[in-house]
Amino acid sequence: MTRMSWFNTVSLTLGFAFLYVPMLILVIFSFNDGKLVTVWAGFSTRWYGELMQNEAFLDAAWVTIKVAVASSTIATVLGTMAAYVLVRGGRFMGRTLFSGMIYAPLVMPEVITGLSLLLLFIGIGLDRGVLTIILAHTTFSMCYVSVVVSSRLMTFDRSLEEAALDLGCSAAQAFRLVTLPIIAPAVISGWLLAFTLSLDDLVIASFTSGPAATTLPIKIYSAVRLGVSPEINALSTIMIAIVTIGVITASLANKRQMVRQQRDEQSAVRS
Amino acid sequence: MTSPVFEPWNDPEAKPLIEFQNVTKRFGSFTAIDDLTIGIYEKEFFALLGPSGCGKTTLMRMLAGFETPTEGAIFLAGQDMAPVPPNKRATNMMFQSYALFPHLSIWDNIAFGLKRESMPKPDIEARVDEMLRLTRMEKFARRKPHQISGGQRQRVALARSLAKHPKLLLLDEPLGALDKKLRQDTQFELMDIQEKTGTTFVIVTHDQEEAMTVASRVAVMDNGKIIQVSTPDRIYENPNSVYVADFIGEVNIIDGTVTPNGPDSYSVAWKDGQPPLNVISPTAFSDGQSCHLAIRPEKVTINAEKPADVDNVVQGKILDIAYLGNISTYHVELPSGVVIKAQSANTRRISRRAFTWEDTVWLSWTATAGVLLAN
Repeated sequence: MTRMSWFNTVSLTLGFAFLYVPMLILVIFSFNDGKLVTVWAGFSTRWYGELMQNEAFLDAAWVTIKVAVASSTIATVLGTMAAYVLVRGGRFMGRTLFSGMIYAPLVMPEVITGLSLLLLFIGIGLDRGVLTIILAHTTFSMCYVSVVVSSRLMTFDRSLEEAALDLGCSAAQAFRLVTLPIIAPAVISGWLLAFTLSLDDLVIASFTSGPAATTLPIKIYSAVRLGVSPEINALSTIMIAIVTIGVITASLANKRQMVRQQRDEQSAVRS
Repeated sequence: MTSPVFEPWNDPEAKPLIEFQNVTKRFGSFTAIDDLTIGIYEKEFFALLGPSGCGKTTLMRMLAGFETPTEGAIFLAGQDMAPVPPNKRATNMMFQSYALFPHLSIWDNIAFGLKRESMPKPDIEARVDEMLRLTRMEKFARRKPHQISGGQRQRVALARSLAKHPKLLLLDEPLGALDKKLRQDTQFELMDIQEKTGTTFVIVTHDQEEAMTVASRVAVMDNGKIIQVSTPDRIYENPNSVYVADFIGEVNIIDGTVTPNGPDSYSVAWKDGQPPLNVISPTAFSDGQSCHLAIRPEKVTINAEKPADVDNVVQGKILDIAYLGNISTYHVELPSGVVIKAQSANTRRISRRAFTWEDTVWLSWTATAGVLLAN
């Protein structure tokens, strides 16, 4: 292995420091025994214990998980369908417009998405609560799913589907028995991406949540305005852990698929 | 006892299994298939041969149902295929990429089509086992496609497409991904399986050797049209055009003008200062008509001395020698600048070869060796 030059070492350290020092401090102080957030008073998991007693936080956590599971599931179904139409549908009227509109929410400021959803919900008289947050999260996360799934579909050998049709499958059977099992890793990583996005969303949730339902990020945000408590550090640490696990699982699922694909290609070349 | 010759195309009573009637296929402004009419008979091994982009794959995809003709009709066993979707056709296809389902085992790949027609389970098992035996893949039934070699994958793809007893099996460049040695073995295997199962095979290929080896009839295609359909030997020995002669194997083409000098006999004037060539042609030519004389290199004899009593003889200088081991091809330049290829078997060891570069040699061929072509 070659040694890194000092310049590379410094830039790497600086970069990682910028990214992770704040989080690291948060994680460390979540294990602080003292009540003061900035003064270290020994290691303890006491704030995690107290967190478990805090009804308001637990309620919010439950709402957050419900919303994340529901919205990412709906987003995965819709996003996969959209990706399939875009990649496989051939040329149809307004295809370019449609694909542009699928990807637009990726770059749309969240405030605008949130505001427009709020106006919509008020307009149709839908009471804000868990349902509205689920709808809102589905809206913004389905485009991420469709990006992930459509990039997989583009490298998908079309003749596999034709072979399924040739062997007697209807179009729906071909999708269920051949296409879906093969693109499953991309669909799963799309789901995990949508799940993590929903989990840590503050802006859109704050527009679309009501008094009946508050998500964890909103709860934390409003609690912090009254002063940072070590309990929030503990909660945030748990969230960081969940998000990290989600992202790592998603990328591992994708990576494994890539490795398998490469191995298949190599063995095809070898033979 | 002689076995009856399999030539249904010469039998006016025989009804083709597949009929293309004035089929045209356009993609936008591009015409892939141009007003094509042809019949393919039951139990035939029919090869569609042509360069890439000649429409042969489109023709096959229309048979499978992945494309529909823009004009004209395709009949399979007398039934118009236009309204029949691919999954309802009695045809199966072996794909160029094999298209084996990567998430299923070899066994499940072969059983895939059978399961779709709600066959009883014991029947499926019996049929899959039969197919595994036919393709000698019994030992690999539980493996996944990426765990077997390319040649084995090719056999699995064949087994899968034959499992449903198709009336017609379509093979899209089935041996393209195999190396030459394996390809030759597999060609004989394919012929063997075709004979055993009695299925009609239509194969698409750009490899003329492959088409000649496996097929009962070969259709040479160019620009969406079939130029010639015939048995491999007739395609090779009696091409109907310069295009076919040139596409199949090596050939010398000599341009000239004909003068009849007897029944079926012509003399061809070609280069100034050279004596005219004597040709026997069953096709009639008129006096002064321009023509192309196609002669296969292996029908040209190369000699150090001027041979006596031959129909055609020319003198030239060896320009190049392509040594292929079993045979050598000599490129001989005539005084007029024309280069003629002559092939001879290397029956002696190379150190004793009679000719080398720059040698002056005599080339000769008989009057029946060449084919006189109008275009």
